[in-house]
Amino acid sequence: MTSSRRQVILGAGALPLVLTAGRVLATGTDTQAASGAYGEAILRFTAGVQPRLGKIRLEIATLIDNGNTVPVEVSIDEDALAPARIEAIALVNERNPQPEVAVFHFGADARSAWVSTRIRLATSQKLMAIARLSDQSFWSHEVEVIVTLAACIEP
Amino acid sequence: MTATPARRVRTLIELPSSTRAGELIEIRATIGHPMETGYRRDASGELMPRNIIRMFQCELAGRRIFTAELFPAISANPMIAFRHRVQTGGELLFRWTGDKAFEHVERRLLNLR
Repeated sequence: MTSSRRQVILGAGALPLVLTAGRVLATGTDTQAASGAYGEAILRFTAGVQPRLGKIRLEIATLIDNGNTVPVEVSIDEDALAPARIEAIALVNERNPQPEVAVFHFGADARSAWVSTRIRLATSQKLMAIARLSDQSFWSHEVEVIVTLAACIEP
Repeated sequence: MTATPARRVRTLIELPSSTRAGELIEIRATIGHPMETGYRRDASGELMPRNIIRMFQCELAGRRIFTAELFPAISANPMIAFRHRVQTGGELLFRWTGDKAFEHVERRLLNLR
């Protein structure tokens, strides 16, 4: 009880830092190479190419009460894409037992993309959405979230 | 497919009742499924085997318009919503496939005004 309350308080305290970090990240031009299984999963999707920041948007609450069912949205606008088309979007997480969350593939006619689903998060961590365009470029958006009640561990 | 015949599969598919060419529509498909991760243990400490839907596909008039590969991080009773720019109407086919030879297909009509 005490420790979980402390985690919540710590979590709330860290939130402004996370938001600031996110904003700094979003203005950069290159992503930092992510490490571990998370980084490997990203590079598996991109066939070794470091994705650039931008074009794609990952929307998720940054403070999550219940990790069992967390709404997420990924989207990419037609204006950001043209003349390229969107081929696929991967959603990857840093600290679940498995880094992959989902991979979405779009029809040959798709000029923009928007997908919404609900996911599980085992703990506070980073998530990245990566888009593969028809010109074989890769674009990403990373978000860091705080999870107060974890999924996957309780039966 | 003869597997999983005993339990009736429940799905909920939401789409506009009618649309027109050029319109961006939202299609939302939910299916009742435990999405057992394979990382949880039962009361006796045994790992419960993974049982997830691994793929969701949607075709419109015989053409694939959307596919989702799913992993254990997708919540139970997976809901997938996506947007599609309408060019043609016709039959929408939804197919979920997964572990234990799970397969379920639903069909809906997309009406063009």
